[in-house]
Amino acid sequence: MTVLLSPVAALGRGTLSFLALVGRITLFAVETISHLLRPPFYFKEFGHALLYIGYLSLPVVGLTALFTGGALALQIYAGGARFNAEAVVPSIVAIGMVRELGPVLGGLMVAGRVAASIAAEVGTMKVTEQIDALVTLSTHPMKYLTVPRVLAATLSLPVLVAVGDVIGIMGGYIVGVTRLDFNGAVYLSNTVDFIEFWDVASGLVKGAVFGFIVALMGCYHGMNSGRGAQGVGRATTNAVVSASVMILASNYVLTEVFFTA
Amino acid sequence: MITLDNVHKRFGTNAVLRGVNLSVAKGESLVIIGGSGTGKSVAIKSVLGLVTPDSGTITVDGKNISTGDRDAFLARFGMLFQGGALFDSLPIWQNVAFRLLRGSLKRPKEEAREIAIEKLRRVGLKPDVADRFPAELSGGMQKRVGLARAIAAEPEIIFFDEPTTGLDPIMSGVINELIREIVVEMGATAMTITHDMTSVRAIADSVAMLHDGVIQWHGPVSGMDTAEDPYLQQFIHGRAEGPIDAVR
Repeated sequence: MTVLLSPVAALGRGTLSFLALVGRITLFAVETISHLLRPPFYFKEFGHALLYIGYLSLPVVGLTALFTGGALALQIYAGGARFNAEAVVPSIVAIGMVRELGPVLGGLMVAGRVAASIAAEVGTMKVTEQIDALVTLSTHPMKYLTVPRVLAATLSLPVLVAVGDVIGIMGGYIVGVTRLDFNGAVYLSNTVDFIEFWDVASGLVKGAVFGFIVALMGCYHGMNSGRGAQGVGRATTNAVVSASVMILASNYVLTEVFFTA
Repeated sequence: MITLDNVHKRFGTNAVLRGVNLSVAKGESLVIIGGSGTGKSVAIKSVLGLVTPDSGTITVDGKNISTGDRDAFLARFGMLFQGGALFDSLPIWQNVAFRLLRGSLKRPKEEAREIAIEKLRRVGLKPDVADRFPAELSGGMQKRVGLARAIAAEPEIIFFDEPTTGLDPIMSGVINELIREIVVEMGATAMTITHDMTSVRAIADSVAMLHDGVIQWHGPVSGMDTAEDPYLQQFIHGRAEGPIDAVR
């Protein structure tokens, strides 16, 4: 009987442990938001975070968008040619970039770069007692470390997504005009004519949500890092994996809310 | 001034503190000794609220530490951490003046820098260290910076966690001397954790030995060598044989 029940018990333990993790992350998010609304505010730390998360992520987001836009144009052209719909390339590239690929790929790239770096930095601070030192110096670690990073990521991701959208559409334009013989003016006109305000706005809202997730996961796993180099390494991996999975899951939920409601 | 009354703390199945009773008078320098993993750091972190005891009471000046304004409470303390715990991203002077650049003790930036440089000088570091970063300093210099940070806001109570660990004997002597001088000159109450018996003799007014989660022996440093407690004698003479298991 015990042998028969052990897989069920293991499943139950796994479920309970997953639910406990969800609960801890939710409480961490609520605590972050509550500190976000109450002084003191550390503007200098916010400025540093904005520079690191936003400005310094521009190259990686820009390059990702450029190549994705180009590849998307090639794919849609090849697919569209099967039923003589090559002309839809500009509009589908634009809609695909601003609604989905811009925010999702931008979010994933920033997750790889920023969540890992935040988790490693905060985790190292934890294992070297720097977080305890902050407390003894009358500084709340959530206010000093988490709030500036979460706020900076939430505000800068939409800007990165907007820039990525433009560069991605440009990537499609370059491939369209140079490789697929589109007329430049017609390509741009089709891009602008078919894109709607909500296509762009929904992508920016997604960007803000993904930014919140990225920084929150980096800080959560860093603050809960285990001891030593192995603990920090594990925290870094967990931060990137959980941020990426949460980005993809929340992307589905947001798409359902924005486009099927 | 600081009193721990029947303090218990358990991490999972490991009962670290099993009823610690200890008191430190105002202006006294108490050194806590004991083997590795006996809960010395947990005891002082409990006083600061970095660790929450499972049961028992901790009071400072008769007030329970879990009540009242936390910022005002912490402003009375300075702490030197075992590894220094300096903030890697900040230059040395901002590390030292951290408390003076924000919160209730905030001063103008120039004044905070002046105080930081004066505290660095107090611990034997030149002003040109002020603009360097922690990673550019040796272990001994980092310890001194940590000490400067602990005293920057002139606290009433200072905690030193293993102040000489990892330092050569000469640098250990310098740090011990600095701690003694600073504590006497500031009139501060000090609690120090160490394994280093040279530090104990240099720093302590009184000594408490923590073993098996309780205070095994507590008395003046002058009475340490003549005390009859076998645990204390084994520890201070570093004997492998005795009531404390060498393999833990």
